[in-house]
This record gives sequence, structure tokens and C-alpha cells, in this order.
Amino acid sequence: MREMTFIEAAREGLAEEMARDPSVFVVGEGIGARGGNFNTTVGLYDLYGEERLRDTPISERGFTTLCTGAAAAGARPVVDFMFIDFLTDAFGDMFNQMSKLQWMSNGRLKMPIVLRGCIGVAQSNAAHHSGNYYPLFMHIPGFRVVVPATPADAKGLLKTSIRCDDPVLFLEHKNLLSLKGAVPEGEHLVPLGQAAIARSGDQITVVGIAFTVRGALQAADELEKEGISVEVIDPRTLAPLDIDTILASVHKTGRLLVVDEDFAPCGAAAEIATQVMERGFDDLDAPVKRLTGLFCPAPYSPALSENVVPTAPRITQAIRDLLAE
Amino acid sequence: MDVSSLSKDRLLGLYKNMLTIRRCEEQLVKLYAAGKIYGGVHTYIGEEAVATGVCAHLRPEDVVFSTHRSHGHALSKGVTPGELIAELLGRVTGCSHGRGGSMHLFKPETGMYGSSGIVGPSITLAAGAAYTFKLLKQERISVAFFGDGAVNNSSFHEGINLAAIWNLPVVFVCENNLYATEVPFATTTKRPRVADRAQVYGLPGVAVDGNDVIAVYQSAGEAVQRARSGGGPTLIECCTYRTRPHAEGMREAGYRAQEEIAAWKARCPIKTFEDRLLAEGAATQTELEQIGEQVKTLIEDAAAFALNSPLPDPASVTEYVYSPMG
Repeated sequence: MREMTFIEAAREGLAEEMARDPSVFVVGEGIGARGGNFNTTVGLYDLYGEERLRDTPISERGFTTLCTGAAAAGARPVVDFMFIDFLTDAFGDMFNQMSKLQWMSNGRLKMPIVLRGCIGVAQSNAAHHSGNYYPLFMHIPGFRVVVPATPADAKGLLKTSIRCDDPVLFLEHKNLLSLKGAVPEGEHLVPLGQAAIARSGDQITVVGIAFTVRGALQAADELEKEGISVEVIDPRTLAPLDIDTILASVHKTGRLLVVDEDFAPCGAAAEIATQVMERGFDDLDAPVKRLTGLFCPAPYSPALSENVVPTAPRITQAIRDLLAE
Repeated sequence: MDVSSLSKDRLLGLYKNMLTIRRCEEQLVKLYAAGKIYGGVHTYIGEEAVATGVCAHLRPEDVVFSTHRSHGHALSKGVTPGELIAELLGRVTGCSHGRGGSMHLFKPETGMYGSSGIVGPSITLAAGAAYTFKLLKQERISVAFFGDGAVNNSSFHEGINLAAIWNLPVVFVCENNLYATEVPFATTTKRPRVADRAQVYGLPGVAVDGNDVIAVYQSAGEAVQRARSGGGPTLIECCTYRTRPHAEGMREAGYRAQEEIAAWKARCPIKTFEDRLLAEGAATQTELEQIGEQVKTLIEDAAAFALNSPLPDPASVTEYVYSPMG
């Protein structure tokens, strides 16, 4: 199979959906002729013009809520927000309008909208370009939250997200964008709510989220040299969350470590840990552990960043610690 | 505009619509006082000319996004009095099946795309629906109703700017009733003429007497025609007044004078229209009385329908959090 980068794969998925459905349009800053800050739309403006590749003013609340109205009226907008930190001005209307209009209208209005853009602590982006924020959306009824970790999933999940009638947060970790991998050609759809077993093993289950899936896989490689067998689960979507795949793995291994670079309180790792405790307690040979980001804004200096997010060596150590319990 | 330039059907239609809103609101006030309504009731009494004059130009496929004070918009955009009263009584036959109450009225099948308890987003949502109509080359338009309370919110600035730069088929209708809840509009802006702001965004803006249904009808007609023919958005400021409290049960004292309320009551949009129709010979007293009787029966039947309607099934509350396709 051909190889391409994560961002190329996502772009191919978007291009295919725009060709398939004339009601799909993209809004964002610099996503028109320029092709997007992260090259998300390169080449599409020439094909589809300004009405479907709409450059916007820096008016996130305005264009995100505008797209909410557009989705209610039958189009399929893709909001390319660049950094999720920029989307925060739109959160109020997202929570009050976008997530609720289907329910409030008894399903008579649909809300087929994708909010895609970057998350993650990376490249000294500091406090205003490094957010993750996905637990906020997991917490609100109505949202889907998608966190692909591979190029193939970037394509397959973006296509599915665009076809979904619910609002979908499609979150791309900045450290994954240039990652290369095999990507199927043509119609490749990955269902929402279906985790992937990124690596099979039988002594401990490690759940990663987006970029921490990579860290978990590196840790598993390292520990394999010592004969330690680690199973790595990539949930791929956090809402809906495929807890059954995680439970089945824990049933096999008896131990669970959840690695999440986002904050711990009320976070994705807390949710996964709680659900496993509620439904898989008898399978556990040790308490569920979380390895999460530090509870502080993202810093600039690499010296300050060192302990802010889980790294492969720290994941390796956390696995060792949990196996020793 | 002279009333003689409108057909009798149209004139009596405007009259009947305003009267239907008024009588329905009076019915809701009674039901609230009787303790039969669970949540807030924000009446539209005094503002009937605005929804009536605007919505008279709309087709069923056109859409309306509205505010917390939305009964008049809903009744003018296809929600029946029975569906409105039932909604406030929390019944499954309500237009939102009992999920919404006074502030959350939905009937997309007739273009009522919903009212919001959050002030402002009706503006941006309506611009968005208009974006879809333009993108898909549909001959539909969108209308945003909002109050003076919304115009200092970023929704106003962002939504109207986007609609203007993208030339969207939308009409922005500001119902300036002088108070954002209970804060006088004049204390929240140095320039209390909302229509003047249109110039800044590069779209036509007009202020009209919102208690004069003919004035509203004329301005809205021009704006709807502009939107439908590719001429882009318009901002209409309708100067009006709610003669009842912000919501039923709230006290009036402390923010506006009784004399002011009395002066606006004297400018009742229905009474002044009646007087004008009679004075200009456009309708007879008998014709207006007949309409009054029809509306009275309509509202009585609506209330009976609502009171006799079943409550929703508790198990249904989690339906449609997500679409069935997932």
C-alpha cells in the first residue's frame, strides 16, 4: 500500500468527500487559495472556488455559529479552526446551540458539522497554541470526539465524520501531522466508536490518546526487549468511546495504564479509568493508573516542557511501576 | 405605504395574525396565573406588529431564528396556537414535544428553526442558514429576530459582518423594545439607533415604527425582496415596546415608569391598526368583530386541545441527543 503523511491522508479524505457531496464546504483562516496553515486544503480552492473554500475573518464565534446554522439548513460545513485554542471563543454557542439543536428540535434538525484542527503540546507553541480540551466535548451530550493517531485513520475517520449527522470534533495532534504510514486508496471509512488494538500483548494494557499512542508503542518496543508484553489500545474516538475493546484487553492483561497528555481532573483518562473500574473491577490485578499532562498551561521553554507531557521513557517507567504492583 | 395599496385579504390577514398572537398570549398569562405553566413565560404583547409584518412575506421554506420572546414569531411562522400552548404546558403535542417551553420553540417543517434562551446567536444562525441557501442555489431566505439586548453582543458584530461580506440572503430584524431584560438600552450604548450601525458593515439599515404593522410590512417586503433577488442582507430596527413584564411573575417596579407603559399601551399596534382600517374604509366594524370571534374560538379550542394533551413519555428524554445514524 502507498504511504503518505497524516495530513496528506486527511486531505485526501476531505477531497473525496467534497467531490462526492456538493453540500460540503470548508471555512477557516487561510484555507482558500493558500491551502491552510497546516496544508489541510492545498489544491481544493482551484477545484471548488471560494464558496466551498471560504476564507474567513478572525471571527471564530461568528463563523462557527454561522456553520451551525448552515448545518441545520442542510449543508455539511467543515470548520478548519487551525488551533483548538482559537475555537474557544466559539465554545459558548457550540455548547448551547450546536450540541443541542438536534435534541431541542426532536431530531427534526440535523447537525452535520465537522470541527477540525490541531491539538497538542508541541514545538514550543506555548500557552495559546497548545490546547487539547477534548474532555470538555466528551462531557457535553451531542458531540462526537475523534482523535486519530495514524494516517489511515486520519483519512478514514475524517470521511466518516463528514458523513455523520452529528457535530464532530476531529482533532489532529501537531506531532502526528508529518507522520507517514500506509493509507488505503479510495473509499476507506473507519466507523466512529471502534477502538484499534495498535499492538497486541498480554501483560498490561496501555490506552493512548492521539500522540500518546505513539509514545505507548515506543515504550512497548523498549519493554519487549526485556520480554515484557504490552497491549496498546488506540480508542480512535473518545465519544463514542469503545469501552468494550478496552475491557476485553483488561480481561486478558489484568492491568491498565491510561496515557493522556491532557490534564487529569475530569479528563479522558479519568473517564476510561472509571468505566473500567465500574465494569471490569474483577479483572483488575492492580489499581488503574493514569499518566497525564501536568495541570498547568503549556510553557514555551523546552526546559519547562520536559515534564509537562508523557514521553516514551516516562511511559516505559509507568508501565514498569504498574507491573510491579 | 397606504393601506389602500394592499388587498383586503392581506390587511385582514395581518389583523388576524396580530390578534391571534394577542389572544394566545392572554390565554398563556391566564394559564400561568393558574399555576399550569411550569417555566417562564415571555409574552410578546405590544410587539405583535413586528412578527406579523415580517413573516407575512415569508414562504414555508424560508426560515426564522428567534429569541426568548418568541411566541409571536412561532405563531407567525406556522406553529399553531394549540402547539404553542401545549408546549408551555409541557405536553407531547407541543411544537417542541414538551422539551423546550416558552424559550425553545421549534417547527422546522414550517420554517420555525427555533428560538433560543441565549441572546445573540439567532443572528449568526440565520446567517448560516442563508449561507446554505446560497451555496445550494435555493431560492430561500432566512430571518433573524433579536432584541436590543443582542446588539452589544459579539453575535451582532460577527454575524452581520459575515452576512454582509458574503452577501447572504438574510434579514436581520431588531425588535428594539428599549430594555434588555430590565436594563435600559440607552445606558448600554452611546448611539441608541440600531439601524445606524448597518452603515458600518456596509448593508442597508432602516428604523421603522414597530407598532405600525404597515410600516413593518413595507420595510420587510423590501428587505425580503432584496435577499431573495441576490441583493444581500438588510438590518431593520423595529421600535416597539413590551407592555408586560420581562416574564410573567416578575415585578415591574424600579426600571421603568408606569406613565411610560401607559403611553405605549395607548399605541397598541392592534388598536391603532383597527382604527386605521375603519377610518380609511378598508374594513368594517362587523368584519373586524367576525375576526375577533374566529380568533376567540381558535384560542379556546387551542387551550382545550393543549390541556387535554398527554405528557411526553419519560423514556423519550434521551432520544435525539445524537442522530439515529450516529
